[in-house]
Amino acid sequence: MADVVAVSAWWTPLAAALLGVFVWGAAAFDGALTAGSRGMGPGGSLTRPLDGVARLLRQRRIVTLSADRLLWRVGGAGLLVAALLMVAVTPLGRWTLSDLDVGVVWFNAMDVAVWAFVWLAGWGANSVHPLVGGYRFLALALGYELPLMFALTAPPIAAHSLNVGAIAGAQGHVWNIVWMPVAFVVYCIGVLGFSLWGGFGAPLASDIAGGVRAELSGVDRLLLDAGRLALLVAGAAFAVPMFLGGGVGPLLPAWAWTLAKTAVLVAALVWAGRRMPVLRPDLLLEVGWLVLLPAALLQDLVVALVAVWVR
Amino acid sequence: MSILVDIVFWVLGGLAIASAVMVFVVDSMARATYALAVSFVAVGFMVLLLSQNYAGVITVLMMLMEMAIMAVYMVMFMGMNPALMPMSMVHSNKAAIAVAAATFVVLGGGALLVPWPTRRGTPPAHLTAALGRALMGDHMLVMIVFSPVMVATIVGGVVLASHRGRYDRMGDDLDRRPPRDPAPGGVGER
Repeated sequence: MADVVAVSAWWTPLAAALLGVFVWGAAAFDGALTAGSRGMGPGGSLTRPLDGVARLLRQRRIVTLSADRLLWRVGGAGLLVAALLMVAVTPLGRWTLSDLDVGVVWFNAMDVAVWAFVWLAGWGANSVHPLVGGYRFLALALGYELPLMFALTAPPIAAHSLNVGAIAGAQGHVWNIVWMPVAFVVYCIGVLGFSLWGGFGAPLASDIAGGVRAELSGVDRLLLDAGRLALLVAGAAFAVPMFLGGGVGPLLPAWAWTLAKTAVLVAALVWAGRRMPVLRPDLLLEVGWLVLLPAALLQDLVVALVAVWVR
Repeated sequence: MSILVDIVFWVLGGLAIASAVMVFVVDSMARATYALAVSFVAVGFMVLLLSQNYAGVITVLMMLMEMAIMAVYMVMFMGMNPALMPMSMVHSNKAAIAVAAATFVVLGGGALLVPWPTRRGTPPAHLTAALGRALMGDHMLVMIVFSPVMVATIVGGVVLASHRGRYDRMGDDLDRRPPRDPAPGGVGER
Protein backbone atom coordinates (compact mmCIF):
# COMPACT_ATOMS: atom_id res chain seq x y z
CA MET A 1 0.00 0.00 0.00
CA ALA A 2 2.06 2.93 -1.29
CA ASP A 3 -0.05 5.67 0.24
CA VAL A 4 2.77 8.12 0.71
CA VAL A 5 6.31 8.41 -0.60
CA ALA A 6 9.20 9.71 1.47
CA VAL A 7 10.85 12.70 -0.24
CA SER A 8 14.49 13.73 0.07
CA ALA A 9 15.63 15.43 3.26
CA TRP A 10 16.41 18.51 1.15
CA TRP A 11 12.69 19.37 1.31
CA THR A 12 12.95 19.98 5.07
CA PRO A 13 13.54 23.77 4.70
CA LEU A 14 10.39 23.96 2.60
CA ALA A 15 8.40 22.12 5.28
CA ALA A 16 9.82 24.51 7.88
CA ALA A 17 8.87 27.49 5.71
CA LEU A 18 5.35 26.12 5.30
CA LEU A 19 5.12 25.74 9.07
CA GLY A 20 6.27 29.34 9.38
CA VAL A 21 3.59 30.57 6.97
CA PHE A 22 0.92 28.77 8.99
CA VAL A 23 2.28 30.20 12.25
CA TRP A 24 2.12 33.66 10.71
CA GLY A 25 -1.43 33.02 9.51
CA ALA A 26 -2.50 31.75 12.93
CA ALA A 27 -0.97 34.79 14.63
CA ALA A 28 -2.70 37.10 12.13
CA PHE A 29 -6.05 35.38 12.69
CA ASP A 30 -5.61 35.60 16.45
CA GLY A 31 -4.77 39.29 16.09
CA ALA A 32 -7.83 39.90 13.91
CA LEU A 33 -10.04 38.23 16.54
CA THR A 34 -8.48 40.40 19.24
CA ALA A 35 -9.09 43.50 17.12
CA GLY A 36 -12.67 42.39 16.50
CA SER A 37 -13.32 41.83 20.20
CA ARG A 38 -12.19 45.40 20.85
CA GLY A 39 -14.52 46.80 18.22
CA MET A 40 -11.77 47.49 15.67
CA GLY A 41 -11.69 46.31 12.09
CA PRO A 42 -9.37 43.51 10.94
CA GLY A 43 -7.28 46.00 8.95
CA GLY A 44 -3.52 45.39 9.17
CA SER A 45 -3.95 41.94 10.70
CA LEU A 46 -1.63 40.33 8.17
CA THR A 47 1.27 42.65 8.86
CA ARG A 48 0.84 42.92 12.63
CA PRO A 49 2.65 39.62 13.40
CA LEU A 50 5.60 40.88 11.34
CA ASP A 51 5.60 44.12 13.35
CA GLY A 52 5.71 42.02 16.49
CA VAL A 53 8.60 39.93 15.16
CA ALA A 54 10.55 43.07 14.21
CA ARG A 55 9.91 44.59 17.63
CA LEU A 56 11.06 41.48 19.50
CA LEU A 57 14.14 41.07 17.28
CA ARG A 58 15.27 44.60 18.14
CA GLN A 59 14.49 44.28 21.84
CA ARG A 60 17.36 43.82 24.21
CA ARG A 61 17.63 40.45 25.97
CA ILE A 62 16.93 40.50 29.67
CA VAL A 63 19.23 38.19 31.62
CA THR A 64 18.40 37.39 35.23
CA LEU A 65 20.91 36.92 38.03
CA SER A 66 22.65 33.51 37.92
CA ALA A 67 20.21 32.17 35.37
CA ASP A 68 20.91 28.67 34.07
CA ARG A 69 21.32 29.97 30.53
CA LEU A 70 21.91 26.63 28.85
CA LEU A 71 18.70 25.06 30.16
CA TRP A 72 16.77 28.31 29.69
CA ARG A 73 17.69 28.65 26.02
CA VAL A 74 17.18 24.95 25.33
CA GLY A 75 13.71 25.14 26.85
CA GLY A 76 12.71 28.30 24.99
CA ALA A 77 13.90 27.14 21.59
CA GLY A 78 12.81 23.54 22.06
CA LEU A 79 9.12 24.06 21.33
CA LEU A 80 9.85 25.10 17.76
CA VAL A 81 12.14 22.09 17.28
CA ALA A 82 9.51 19.71 18.66
CA ALA A 83 6.90 21.18 16.29
CA LEU A 84 9.19 20.71 13.29
CA LEU A 85 9.92 17.12 14.32
CA MET A 86 6.16 16.49 14.51
CA VAL A 87 5.74 17.88 10.99
CA ALA A 88 8.52 15.55 9.79
CA VAL A 89 6.22 12.51 10.09
CA THR A 90 3.06 14.32 8.89
CA PRO A 91 2.32 13.62 5.23
CA LEU A 92 1.44 16.50 2.90
CA GLY A 93 -0.87 14.78 0.46
CA ARG A 94 1.28 12.00 -1.02
CA TRP A 95 4.63 13.23 0.24
CA THR A 96 6.22 12.90 3.63
CA LEU A 97 9.65 13.80 4.98
CA SER A 98 9.92 10.56 6.95
CA ASP A 99 7.78 7.50 6.35
CA LEU A 100 8.52 6.18 9.84
CA ASP A 101 6.62 2.95 10.58
CA VAL A 102 5.84 4.18 14.10
CA GLY A 103 5.02 7.78 13.17
CA VAL A 104 2.18 8.07 15.70
CA VAL A 105 4.50 7.10 18.57
CA TRP A 106 7.07 9.58 17.28
CA PHE A 107 4.48 12.36 17.37
CA ASN A 108 3.59 11.34 20.91
CA ALA A 109 7.26 11.37 21.96
CA MET A 110 7.64 14.89 20.59
CA ASP A 111 4.61 16.19 22.46
CA VAL A 112 6.07 14.69 25.65
CA ALA A 113 9.33 16.54 24.91
CA VAL A 114 7.27 19.71 25.37
CA TRP A 115 6.96 18.77 29.07
CA ALA A 116 10.73 19.02 29.42
CA PHE A 117 11.09 22.18 27.35
CA VAL A 118 8.43 24.23 29.14
CA TRP A 119 9.70 23.21 32.56
CA LEU A 120 13.28 24.05 31.55
CA ALA A 121 12.16 27.44 30.19
CA GLY A 122 10.53 28.07 33.57
CA TRP A 123 13.44 26.76 35.62
CA GLY A 124 16.29 28.37 33.73
CA ALA A 125 15.36 31.97 34.48
CA ASN A 126 16.14 31.51 38.22
CA SER A 127 13.08 33.58 38.97
CA VAL A 128 9.97 32.77 41.00
CA HIS A 129 7.17 33.37 38.52
CA PRO A 130 8.62 31.43 35.59
CA LEU A 131 9.38 28.58 38.01
CA VAL A 132 5.76 28.50 39.18
CA GLY A 133 4.67 28.56 35.53
CA GLY A 134 6.90 25.59 34.69
CA TYR A 135 5.43 23.56 37.54
CA ARG A 136 1.92 24.56 36.51
CA PHE A 137 2.56 23.22 33.03
CA LEU A 138 3.66 19.84 34.36
CA ALA A 139 0.48 19.67 36.44
CA LEU A 140 -1.60 20.50 33.36
CA ALA A 141 0.36 17.97 31.31
CA LEU A 142 -0.48 15.20 33.78
CA GLY A 143 -4.12 16.05 33.17
CA TYR A 144 -4.22 16.12 29.37
CA GLU A 145 -1.44 13.72 28.35
CA LEU A 146 -2.99 10.34 29.18
CA PRO A 147 -6.34 11.10 27.50
CA LEU A 148 -4.32 12.40 24.52
CA MET A 149 -2.32 9.18 24.35
CA PHE A 150 -5.47 7.05 24.28
CA ALA A 151 -7.08 9.36 21.72
CA LEU A 152 -3.99 8.88 19.52
CA THR A 153 -4.48 5.12 19.87
CA ALA A 154 -7.88 4.97 18.16
CA PRO A 155 -6.89 5.61 14.49
CA PRO A 156 -3.95 3.13 14.58
CA ILE A 157 -6.29 0.43 15.96
CA ALA A 158 -8.65 0.98 13.03
CA ALA A 159 -5.86 1.09 10.44
CA HIS A 160 -3.85 -1.80 11.99
CA SER A 161 -0.76 0.39 11.67
CA LEU A 162 1.21 3.08 13.48
CA ASN A 163 2.36 4.52 10.14
CA VAL A 164 0.71 7.90 9.53
CA GLY A 165 0.45 7.42 5.77
CA ALA A 166 -1.22 4.03 6.21
CA ILE A 167 -3.70 5.55 8.68
CA ALA A 168 -4.58 8.28 6.17
CA GLY A 169 -4.91 5.71 3.38
CA ALA A 170 -7.09 3.35 5.42
CA GLN A 171 -9.90 5.89 5.78
CA GLY A 172 -11.38 5.86 2.28
CA HIS A 173 -14.67 7.72 2.16
CA VAL A 174 -15.55 7.52 5.86
CA TRP A 175 -13.23 9.81 7.73
CA ASN A 176 -12.12 8.68 11.18
CA ILE A 177 -13.73 11.74 12.76
CA VAL A 178 -17.16 10.34 11.80
CA TRP A 179 -16.90 7.28 14.02
CA MET A 180 -14.22 8.51 16.46
CA PRO A 181 -15.65 11.89 17.46
CA VAL A 182 -14.69 11.46 21.12
CA ALA A 183 -11.08 10.66 20.25
CA PHE A 184 -10.99 13.69 17.95
CA VAL A 185 -12.28 16.06 20.64
CA VAL A 186 -9.88 14.65 23.26
CA TYR A 187 -7.04 14.94 20.73
CA CYS A 188 -7.89 18.61 20.06
CA ILE A 189 -7.92 19.29 23.82
CA GLY A 190 -4.48 17.71 23.98
CA VAL A 191 -3.24 19.90 21.11
CA LEU A 192 -4.45 23.02 22.95
CA GLY A 193 -2.70 21.61 26.02
CA PHE A 194 0.76 21.09 24.54
CA SER A 195 0.54 24.47 22.75
CA LEU A 196 -0.28 26.20 26.07
CA TRP A 197 -3.09 27.82 24.12
CA GLY A 198 -6.36 29.27 25.38
CA GLY A 199 -7.59 27.55 28.52
CA PHE A 200 -4.21 25.88 28.94
CA GLY A 201 -2.47 29.24 29.39
CA ALA A 202 -2.22 28.95 33.18
CA PRO A 203 1.61 28.56 32.97
CA LEU A 204 1.70 31.95 31.19
CA ALA A 205 -1.12 33.58 33.14
CA SER A 206 -1.16 37.15 34.38
CA ASP A 207 -1.72 36.09 38.01
CA ILE A 208 1.90 34.95 38.06
CA ALA A 209 3.14 37.96 36.05
CA GLY A 210 3.31 36.04 32.79
CA GLY A 211 4.72 32.82 34.28
CA VAL A 212 7.19 31.05 32.01
CA ARG A 213 7.28 34.15 29.80
CA ALA A 214 7.84 36.61 32.65
CA GLU A 215 11.61 36.97 32.19
CA LEU A 216 11.73 36.21 28.47
CA SER A 217 12.39 39.08 26.12
CA GLY A 218 13.58 39.73 22.61
CA VAL A 219 14.40 36.73 20.49
CA ASP A 220 13.85 34.30 23.36
CA ARG A 221 10.26 35.42 23.77
CA LEU A 222 9.80 35.28 20.00
CA LEU A 223 11.02 31.67 19.93
CA LEU A 224 8.69 30.62 22.74
CA ASP A 225 5.60 32.29 21.28
CA ALA A 226 6.35 31.08 17.75
CA GLY A 227 7.00 27.63 19.20
CA ARG A 228 3.59 27.55 20.88
CA LEU A 229 1.80 28.47 17.65
CA ALA A 230 3.99 26.05 15.70
CA LEU A 231 2.92 23.26 18.06
CA LEU A 232 -0.72 24.24 17.52
CA VAL A 233 -0.21 24.14 13.74
CA ALA A 234 1.69 20.84 13.89
CA GLY A 235 -1.04 19.33 16.05
CA ALA A 236 -3.71 20.47 13.58
CA ALA A 237 -1.67 19.20 10.61
CA PHE A 238 -1.26 15.80 12.29
CA ALA A 239 -5.03 15.58 12.85
CA VAL A 240 -5.58 15.66 9.07
CA PRO A 241 -4.13 12.18 8.33
CA MET A 242 -5.32 10.85 11.69
CA PHE A 243 -8.96 11.96 11.71
CA LEU A 244 -9.81 14.07 8.64
CA GLY A 245 -9.17 11.63 5.80
CA GLY A 246 -5.71 12.89 4.82
CA GLY A 247 -5.63 14.37 1.31
CA VAL A 248 -9.03 12.98 0.26
CA GLY A 249 -11.32 15.50 -1.43
CA PRO A 250 -12.87 16.37 -4.78
CA LEU A 251 -11.22 18.36 -7.62
CA LEU A 252 -8.18 19.69 -5.80
CA PRO A 253 -4.95 17.67 -5.47
CA ALA A 254 -4.20 15.85 -2.21
CA TRP A 255 -1.62 18.36 -0.97
CA ALA A 256 -4.08 21.25 -1.40
CA TRP A 257 -6.75 19.42 0.59
CA THR A 258 -4.26 18.66 3.35
CA LEU A 259 -3.31 22.33 3.61
CA ALA A 260 -6.94 23.47 3.46
CA LYS A 261 -8.04 21.07 6.22
CA THR A 262 -5.06 22.09 8.33
CA ALA A 263 -5.91 25.77 7.91
CA VAL A 264 -9.54 25.22 8.92
CA LEU A 265 -8.56 23.22 12.01
CA VAL A 266 -5.89 25.76 13.04
CA ALA A 267 -8.47 28.54 12.76
CA ALA A 268 -10.98 26.50 14.77
CA LEU A 269 -8.42 25.76 17.49
CA VAL A 270 -7.29 29.40 17.70
CA TRP A 271 -10.92 30.51 17.96
CA ALA A 272 -11.93 27.79 20.45
CA GLY A 273 -8.91 28.52 22.64
CA ARG A 274 -9.95 32.15 22.92
CA ARG A 275 -13.47 31.14 24.04
CA MET A 276 -12.17 28.99 26.93
CA PRO A 277 -11.63 30.20 30.47
CA VAL A 278 -8.15 29.53 31.83
CA LEU A 279 -8.22 26.10 33.49
CA ARG A 280 -6.79 25.60 36.93
CA PRO A 281 -4.30 22.70 36.72
CA ASP A 282 -5.72 20.75 39.68
CA LEU A 283 -9.22 21.07 38.25
CA LEU A 284 -8.11 19.87 34.83
CA LEU A 285 -6.40 16.88 36.45
CA GLU A 286 -9.71 15.69 37.88
CA VAL A 287 -11.66 16.32 34.65
CA GLY A 288 -8.91 14.71 32.58
CA TRP A 289 -8.75 11.51 34.62
CA LEU A 290 -12.40 11.13 35.56
CA VAL A 291 -14.07 12.26 32.33
CA LEU A 292 -11.69 12.47 29.36
CA LEU A 293 -9.67 9.32 30.09
CA PRO A 294 -12.67 6.95 30.47
CA ALA A 295 -14.30 8.56 27.42
CA ALA A 296 -11.17 7.99 25.32
CA LEU A 297 -10.90 4.40 26.60
CA LEU A 298 -14.52 3.69 25.66
CA GLN A 299 -13.85 5.15 22.23
CA ASP A 300 -10.85 2.84 21.86
CA LEU A 301 -13.00 -0.12 22.89
CA VAL A 302 -15.64 0.71 20.27
CA VAL A 303 -12.96 1.15 17.59
CA ALA A 304 -11.28 -2.12 18.59
CA LEU A 305 -14.57 -4.05 18.46
CA VAL A 306 -15.37 -2.62 15.03
CA ALA A 307 -11.83 -3.29 13.79
CA VAL A 308 -12.00 -6.93 14.92
CA TRP A 309 -15.52 -7.77 13.78
CA VAL A 310 -15.90 -5.79 10.57
CA ARG A 311 -12.67 -6.86 8.94
CA MET B 1 25.56 4.47 4.09
CA SER B 2 26.85 1.90 6.54
CA ILE B 3 29.79 4.19 7.38
CA LEU B 4 27.31 6.96 8.12
CA VAL B 5 25.35 4.61 10.41
CA ASP B 6 28.61 3.67 12.15
CA ILE B 7 29.47 7.33 12.69
CA VAL B 8 26.01 8.11 14.08
CA PHE B 9 26.23 5.04 16.33
CA TRP B 10 29.56 6.07 17.84
CA VAL B 11 28.52 9.70 18.21
CA LEU B 12 25.34 8.66 20.03
CA GLY B 13 27.30 6.19 22.18
CA GLY B 14 29.81 8.88 23.11
CA LEU B 15 27.00 11.31 23.88
CA ALA B 16 25.24 8.73 26.07
CA ILE B 17 28.38 8.06 28.12
CA ALA B 18 29.50 11.69 28.30
CA SER B 19 26.13 12.97 29.48
CA ALA B 20 25.88 10.08 31.95
CA VAL B 21 29.21 11.23 33.44
CA MET B 22 27.90 14.80 33.52
CA VAL B 23 25.11 13.65 35.87
CA PHE B 24 27.74 13.41 38.63
CA VAL B 25 29.86 16.38 37.55
CA VAL B 26 27.29 19.18 37.30
CA ASP B 27 26.24 21.10 40.39
CA SER B 28 22.52 21.54 39.74
CA MET B 29 19.65 19.12 40.21
CA ALA B 30 17.98 20.25 36.98
CA ARG B 31 21.16 19.82 34.96
CA ALA B 32 21.83 16.39 36.46
CA THR B 33 18.31 15.21 35.68
CA TYR B 34 18.35 16.44 32.12
CA ALA B 35 21.89 15.17 31.53
CA LEU B 36 20.48 11.77 32.41
CA ALA B 37 17.57 12.43 30.02
CA VAL B 38 20.02 13.22 27.19
CA SER B 39 21.88 9.99 27.94
CA PHE B 40 18.68 7.94 27.78
CA VAL B 41 17.47 9.68 24.61
CA ALA B 42 20.82 8.94 22.94
CA VAL B 43 20.35 5.27 23.87
CA GLY B 44 16.82 5.42 22.44
CA PHE B 45 18.16 6.66 19.12
CA MET B 46 20.78 3.89 19.18
CA VAL B 47 17.92 1.40 19.48
CA LEU B 48 16.41 3.07 16.39
CA LEU B 49 19.66 2.28 14.57
CA LEU B 50 19.08 -1.39 15.41
CA SER B 51 15.84 -1.14 13.37
CA GLN B 52 13.78 -1.58 16.52
CA ASN B 53 11.78 1.56 15.73
CA TYR B 54 8.97 1.04 18.21
CA ALA B 55 11.26 0.20 21.11
CA GLY B 56 13.54 3.13 20.24
CA VAL B 57 10.85 5.80 19.98
CA ILE B 58 9.04 4.47 23.07
CA THR B 59 12.33 4.69 24.99
CA VAL B 60 12.67 8.35 24.00
CA LEU B 61 9.04 9.01 24.98
CA MET B 62 9.18 7.25 28.34
CA MET B 63 12.52 8.70 29.37
CA LEU B 64 11.57 12.29 28.55
CA MET B 65 8.34 11.94 30.52
CA GLU B 66 10.07 10.19 33.39
CA MET B 67 12.86 12.73 33.67
CA ALA B 68 10.42 15.68 33.49
CA ILE B 69 8.60 14.21 36.50
CA MET B 70 11.78 13.08 38.21
CA ALA B 71 13.21 16.60 38.10
CA VAL B 72 10.26 17.72 40.20
CA TYR B 73 10.81 14.98 42.77
CA MET B 74 14.58 15.47 42.83
CA VAL B 75 14.12 19.15 43.62
CA MET B 76 11.30 18.46 46.08
CA PHE B 77 13.06 15.84 48.20
CA MET B 78 16.45 17.54 48.32
CA GLY B 79 16.34 18.73 51.90
CA MET B 80 15.86 22.17 53.39
CA ASN B 81 17.50 23.94 50.52
CA PRO B 82 15.17 22.75 47.80
CA ALA B 83 17.93 22.19 45.28
CA LEU B 84 17.68 25.71 43.98
CA MET B 85 21.31 26.42 44.89
CA PRO B 86 24.42 24.77 43.44
CA MET B 87 25.18 21.51 45.20
CA SER B 88 27.30 18.39 44.81
CA MET B 89 25.67 15.48 43.04
CA VAL B 90 27.68 12.78 44.83
CA HIS B 91 27.77 11.35 48.33
CA SER B 92 29.33 8.22 49.91
CA ASN B 93 31.90 8.45 47.12
CA LYS B 94 34.20 5.60 48.07
CA ALA B 95 31.49 2.99 48.63
CA ALA B 96 29.71 4.10 45.46
CA ILE B 97 32.87 3.81 43.38
CA ALA B 98 33.58 0.34 44.78
CA VAL B 99 30.04 -0.86 44.05
CA ALA B 100 30.09 0.67 40.55
CA ALA B 101 33.47 -0.88 39.71
CA ALA B 102 32.39 -4.31 41.01
CA THR B 103 29.12 -4.16 39.04
CA PHE B 104 30.98 -3.14 35.90
CA VAL B 105 33.47 -5.99 36.25
CA VAL B 106 30.71 -8.56 36.85
CA LEU B 107 28.50 -7.40 33.99
CA GLY B 108 31.33 -6.66 31.55
CA GLY B 109 33.12 -9.90 32.44
CA GLY B 110 29.88 -11.80 32.01
CA ALA B 111 29.29 -10.28 28.60
CA LEU B 112 32.81 -11.20 27.48
CA LEU B 113 33.10 -14.65 29.04
CA VAL B 114 29.68 -16.15 28.41
CA PRO B 115 29.69 -18.40 25.33
CA TRP B 116 27.14 -16.61 23.15
CA PRO B 117 24.93 -18.89 21.04
CA THR B 118 25.29 -18.64 17.28
CA ARG B 119 22.25 -17.81 15.20
CA ARG B 120 20.24 -20.71 13.83
CA GLY B 121 17.89 -19.99 10.94
CA THR B 122 17.08 -16.46 9.77
CA PRO B 123 15.05 -13.73 11.47
CA PRO B 124 11.45 -13.41 10.24
CA ALA B 125 10.44 -10.39 8.19
CA HIS B 126 8.35 -8.72 10.89
CA LEU B 127 10.45 -9.22 13.95
CA THR B 128 8.25 -7.31 16.39
CA ALA B 129 5.07 -9.09 15.28
CA ALA B 130 6.83 -12.47 15.47
CA LEU B 131 8.10 -11.66 18.95
CA GLY B 132 4.59 -10.67 20.00
CA ARG B 133 3.16 -13.97 18.72
CA ALA B 134 5.91 -15.95 20.38
CA LEU B 135 5.25 -14.22 23.68
CA MET B 136 1.48 -14.09 23.52
CA GLY B 137 0.55 -17.08 21.37
CA ASP B 138 1.18 -20.10 23.58
CA HIS B 139 1.13 -18.09 26.77
CA MET B 140 -2.11 -16.28 26.19
CA LEU B 141 -3.75 -18.04 29.13
CA VAL B 142 -0.94 -16.95 31.45
CA MET B 143 -1.25 -13.38 30.14
CA ILE B 144 -5.02 -13.38 30.62
CA VAL B 145 -4.67 -14.60 34.19
CA PHE B 146 -1.85 -12.25 35.01
CA SER B 147 -3.39 -9.07 33.60
CA PRO B 148 -6.25 -8.83 36.13
CA VAL B 149 -3.87 -9.79 38.93
CA MET B 150 -1.51 -7.00 37.95
CA VAL B 151 -4.31 -4.48 37.60
CA ALA B 152 -5.70 -5.56 40.97
CA THR B 153 -2.23 -5.13 42.50
CA ILE B 154 -1.95 -1.61 41.12
CA VAL B 155 -5.44 -0.62 42.25
CA GLY B 156 -4.88 -2.23 45.65
CA GLY B 157 -1.58 -0.43 46.05
CA VAL B 158 -3.19 2.90 45.25
CA VAL B 159 -6.09 2.22 47.64
CA LEU B 160 -3.71 1.27 50.47
CA ALA B 161 -1.46 4.26 49.85
CA SER B 162 -4.28 6.73 49.32
CA HIS B 163 -4.46 9.33 51.99
CA ARG B 164 -8.05 10.29 51.24
CA GLY B 165 -10.64 8.11 49.57
CA ARG B 166 -14.21 8.84 48.52
CA TYR B 167 -15.56 8.05 52.02
CA ASP B 168 -13.28 10.72 53.42
CA ARG B 169 -14.51 13.12 50.78
CA MET B 170 -18.24 12.42 50.80
CA GLY B 171 -18.94 10.81 54.18
CA ASP B 172 -19.91 7.23 55.12
CA ASP B 173 -23.03 7.28 52.94
CA LEU B 174 -21.31 9.08 50.06
CA ASP B 175 -23.93 11.82 50.30
CA ARG B 176 -21.96 14.84 51.43
CA ARG B 177 -22.24 17.59 48.80
CA PRO B 178 -20.00 19.36 48.12
CA PRO B 179 -17.29 16.81 49.03
CA ARG B 180 -14.80 17.85 51.68
CA ASP B 181 -11.70 18.64 49.59
CA PRO B 182 -8.57 20.56 50.55
CA ALA B 183 -9.01 22.50 47.31
CA PRO B 184 -12.53 23.05 45.99
CA GLY B 185 -13.57 22.41 42.42
CA GLY B 186 -13.41 19.53 40.00
CA VAL B 187 -15.74 16.65 39.26
CA GLY B 188 -18.50 15.97 41.82
CA GLU B 189 -18.74 19.60 42.91
CA ARG B 190 -22.20 21.07 42.93
